[in-house]
Amino acid sequence: MTRRLPVALGLLGVLAACGDAGTVENQIGPAPQLPKVNETLLPPMKIARPTGWEGELPGVPEGFVITPLATDLKIPRQMLVLPNGDILVAEGSGGNAPRLRPKDVIAGYIKSLGKTDVKGGNRITLLRDADGDGRAEVKTTFIDELDAPYGLAFVEGALYVATQDALLRFPYTEGATRLTGGEEVTKLPSKVNHHWTKALTASADGTRLYVGIGSNSNVGERGLEIEEERAVVWEIDRQTGARRTIARGIRNPTALAIEPGTGQLWAVVNERDELGPDLVPDYLTAVRDGAFYGWPYSYWGQNIDPRVRPQKPELVKTAIAPDYALGSHVAALGLTFVTGESFPASYRQGAFIGQHGSWNRETLSGYKVVWVPFANGRPAGAPQDFVTGFLTEDGKARGRPVGVTFDAERGRLLIADDLANTVWLVAPSREAAVAPSDNQE
Amino acid sequence: MAAPPVRQRATYPLLHPLHAILLAFPIALFSAALATDITYLNSAEIQWTNFSQWLIAGGCLMGGLALLWAIVLAARTGGAGRAVLYLLLLAAMFAAGLVNSFQHSRDGWSSVETTGLALSVLSTLLALAAGWVGFSGARPAGERP
Repeated sequence: MTRRLPVALGLLGVLAACGDAGTVENQIGPAPQLPKVNETLLPPMKIARPTGWEGELPGVPEGFVITPLATDLKIPRQMLVLPNGDILVAEGSGGNAPRLRPKDVIAGYIKSLGKTDVKGGNRITLLRDADGDGRAEVKTTFIDELDAPYGLAFVEGALYVATQDALLRFPYTEGATRLTGGEEVTKLPSKVNHHWTKALTASADGTRLYVGIGSNSNVGERGLEIEEERAVVWEIDRQTGARRTIARGIRNPTALAIEPGTGQLWAVVNERDELGPDLVPDYLTAVRDGAFYGWPYSYWGQNIDPRVRPQKPELVKTAIAPDYALGSHVAALGLTFVTGESFPASYRQGAFIGQHGSWNRETLSGYKVVWVPFANGRPAGAPQDFVTGFLTEDGKARGRPVGVTFDAERGRLLIADDLANTVWLVAPSREAAVAPSDNQE
Repeated sequence: MAAPPVRQRATYPLLHPLHAILLAFPIALFSAALATDITYLNSAEIQWTNFSQWLIAGGCLMGGLALLWAIVLAARTGGAGRAVLYLLLLAAMFAAGLVNSFQHSRDGWSSVETTGLALSVLSTLLALAAGWVGFSGARPAGERP
């Protein structure tokens, strides 16, 4: 730290290099290498400044095509495909965390430089691409006046929407292009809402809903009193609204999904910042019933975080390590499993993960969609880049992926981009779809 | 017999009243931050380190203005004597305060711990020393601060 004092003294340090560049190569998979804690005097804040696509498209592997399904959205986050193929997009921005200290003011401003100027829509938009050309002919407001909607689920003729403060249910009739009259299933923890996104998915049998509720701070620096029922996953009875906390210490579970082979609930989780460029890896994990994942007291199992007092060694002894590291600061915000055989043979078992991209790191990480292959309901192998090109060569961001949704029936992957305010659609190209090699398995 | 008082002996304090007011801030705010740091380390109650962070930021802001003035003062007095000592103390105080504000921007316990406490002690002592030199220093009449 001391060798960086001159930088800080020069006041140039605010945007200057303060962390080692780091390498994420050894940070992927079930047993990531965890370097020593490296708290710098100033956290490295490297923001990819926004720029436009200028007619370019994100890169996809050979055999796929990508099209902008819809543009000019208002901060699209998560999506859902209805039975008739209509696509719902939750748009919005939440959070009402007060600025408690000088850092909140300064860091908030710097982070805002990497975001869109557009104000969040606080609505759900319906997109319809009936002719299958990869461009939506219908784009209409489906539900409006919502308070930062995020998670979406569809079960037995009803749409469930997790806003930043409540879980809502809307009756749906096939083909509807506008819904009103939602009712509250249950309230969700909403005080402060430092991490405001409420991820949502339904259990395999549809009886229960799972909601991911993020922490109210990076690592408890707003006091531990307001962390009551934060950094948890709730299981909610769809009919009665009764709930139970199935996992704790799971810092910010930003997307939930059911692994189709096993019916197991999985989550992508954003881990803590300001411990160095390679700490702490964001992760993909099966959400085990009753598990404690360490936050805020420890990370990746039982590695103590020095910033939290009073410490709780007895609790830390019960912390379990997650299943699969995705790399530090990649900001995984989207998770969807592939089902069916509408994608080529190498994409039949596994998950797509949207990575919004880093701010707390000299060398940018994330800013892409990756494919994690699975076998027997578990990750099997290294992640592969699937959609790329969100960063320009000079380090500007054209887009930032958030939610990813796989539509098995129509063979397409949807990607919400909250910087370009676009929903991208990836599908096998026509030639690839009829190639005989895909039918050999 | 009744000679008028020797006016040449009259002195002005080193600091202009407005400069003195600016200097009062880091003296009060850095020492208050030292107190809230100690309270945080004793209680682990996060609000005390929040207090420290605002106090240190305020001390840096007003101390920084006093520092600019001290640079002008040292230049105008020809770069000698108490004005230079005062400038050096104030510069060291400001540097310690600035580094301390970065230290305090870490999260939770790391915002204070040993380094933050030491920097709070240091910036407080330097502010007090600058005040001592600033107010005890005097110079001949005719040389206005």
